[in-house]
Amino acid sequence: MTTLALEARQAALHRMLESRMAEEKIQELFLANLIRGTTHLSPGQEACAMGTAAALRPGDTVTCTYRGHHHAIALGVPLRRLMAEMMGKASGSCGGKGGSMHITDASVGLLGANAIVGGQIPIALGAALTAQVKGTGAVAVTFFGEGATNIGAFHEALNMASVWKLPVLFMCENNLYGEYSVWNKTTPVQDIAVRAASYAMPGVIVDGQDAEAVYGAASEAVARARAGDGPTLIELKTYRFRGHSRTDMAPYRPAGELDEWLKRDPIEILKARMIADGQLDEVEFEELSRAAETAVMDAVEWARSEPFPTLEEMTKDIYYESAGA
Amino acid sequence: MTEITYREAVVRALADEMAADPNVVFFGEDVAEAGGVFKVTPGLLERFGPVRVRDTPISEQAIIGTALGAAITGLRPVAELMFADFIPVAMDQIVNQVAKYRYMSGGQFIVPLTIRAAQGGGNGFGTQHSQCAESWLMNFPGLKVVSPSTPADMYGLLRGAIREDNPVIVLEHKGLYNLKGELPDDAGPLPLGQAKVVRAGRDVTIVTSQLMLHRSLEAADALAKDGIECEVIDVRCFAPLDSATILASLAKTNRIVTVEEAPHSAGWGGDIASLAATEGAYWLAAPVKRVNMGGALVAYSPPLEDEVLPNVSRIAREVKAVMAG
Repeated sequence: MTTLALEARQAALHRMLESRMAEEKIQELFLANLIRGTTHLSPGQEACAMGTAAALRPGDTVTCTYRGHHHAIALGVPLRRLMAEMMGKASGSCGGKGGSMHITDASVGLLGANAIVGGQIPIALGAALTAQVKGTGAVAVTFFGEGATNIGAFHEALNMASVWKLPVLFMCENNLYGEYSVWNKTTPVQDIAVRAASYAMPGVIVDGQDAEAVYGAASEAVARARAGDGPTLIELKTYRFRGHSRTDMAPYRPAGELDEWLKRDPIEILKARMIADGQLDEVEFEELSRAAETAVMDAVEWARSEPFPTLEEMTKDIYYESAGA
Repeated sequence: MTEITYREAVVRALADEMAADPNVVFFGEDVAEAGGVFKVTPGLLERFGPVRVRDTPISEQAIIGTALGAAITGLRPVAELMFADFIPVAMDQIVNQVAKYRYMSGGQFIVPLTIRAAQGGGNGFGTQHSQCAESWLMNFPGLKVVSPSTPADMYGLLRGAIREDNPVIVLEHKGLYNLKGELPDDAGPLPLGQAKVVRAGRDVTIVTSQLMLHRSLEAADALAKDGIECEVIDVRCFAPLDSATILASLAKTNRIVTVEEAPHSAGWGGDIASLAATEGAYWLAAPVKRVNMGGALVAYSPPLEDEVLPNVSRIAREVKAVMAG
């Protein structure tokens, strides 16, 4: 199987730890009403984002879902700007206008997290079209859940991307639950990956808990896309350790299911492999964990002290107005 | 000065913008090889090639999502949706994505995207192929909505729309494609957001657009024989609406009639009535009159379709009633 080089493994572990810590802190802040609205947390799914990000290069783009904090951290959105956005602060990645469900940072290729299930999927085709027309060699990645594969836009997008041979990676994080409904009550196929066959593109099933397995599959799809051979659908078998959103305690899950998946924690899987390869020991892991926690706490404290946007921002950026206007 | 049709104005505007800027791409259903179902876009594929001019699957959500993704990554796409009645099929992409993308990202992107669609009744196309879309689209800050009524405006406003760094929906009236008009030799892009006084008059202001504009002008000619001088305003751009031109006319005539090819409830004429009531009430010598389709739909049967759309005699009758009031 494909493995990451030492430095890339360290980076993946580091960012998975930061993502996990950030999500735990975000949940606390929500419950303390320091963050308003709702949030959708990613613990359990970190490897899907980190493994994919490791296969990308500057210029590639990503659209993702409202469960997208791990994608943002994987791509390198600064923790401070992420936390400030959670709190609706002016220095947030979207100036406070997006919030938890809309983290966007074009400077790292994150074209946006989307709060409409599947709404982000066709947008990736456009980024891929730009790459194709301009010949940049860039690829466009779009993350979505298995629930999104039942909406029309998913099927339209796969079809059109295949017809036009667009450089797109369709990354399905199959975490088994579309909101509160287990996938097999709403989806007639055993594997989402088989849906690729309808659109004459490869459909690949990958262990979404294993960052290096994700990296391997993503790298192959990226190479295929850059070579002009079109899109790939990759199904990442994964699990969300928490409920759908802030208040969901996930009572619909069968007893013991979570415990089984907790044994396949993506952080533990990469950690164990690095220890086995003599690249990490428990002391170093503890240090990495503490460093991640310190970075998250710093981001939270910084964000808390930052100002909210001024009220003039309410009507700014609805339209672009040129300097002369 | 050359005489061209409204139909020819569309393809000329597209060709001139595509020649001026290699980032302009054009796609939609049957637009390339077939040259459009209304034969509006012939020759573009041959002139600009299959990378920039593309036929799409029948996939309205994918078309608009792709256009959005392309717009935020450096192209200036023009997407055609064929009939404006298909706009609702892509409403998520238009309303939740295109209109809000710049705002919710805190201004990280410009969205230089043009959507074209053919609208309007009077041709026996039946209920699902005869609607006008302006009123649907005016409730979404972030969009601009343009409805040209003459060949010269079609040419200039479409070029202006393609040059806009904001999303613009250009609505072409099917009943006007064969309309002929003069195009000045030095015609170029026209600015959006400006209504036009098409006929000056002292007695009553008619605010209207497209097919209804031409019927209103006929009615105004007939009314002039009875000594009633109508000032006829072509709205041209429904978002943003040029309130100043309308209010200036009301201040002069003290009476206002809207002639709308749309149902009454939440139709755009309500915005004009609201404008008159809130900012022009002191000038009003009579209640605002709205001439439209009432609560009815466009039927297929010729006498029913002819009756539901405001016609010349009904417009004249309603204007006379306002003069008597």
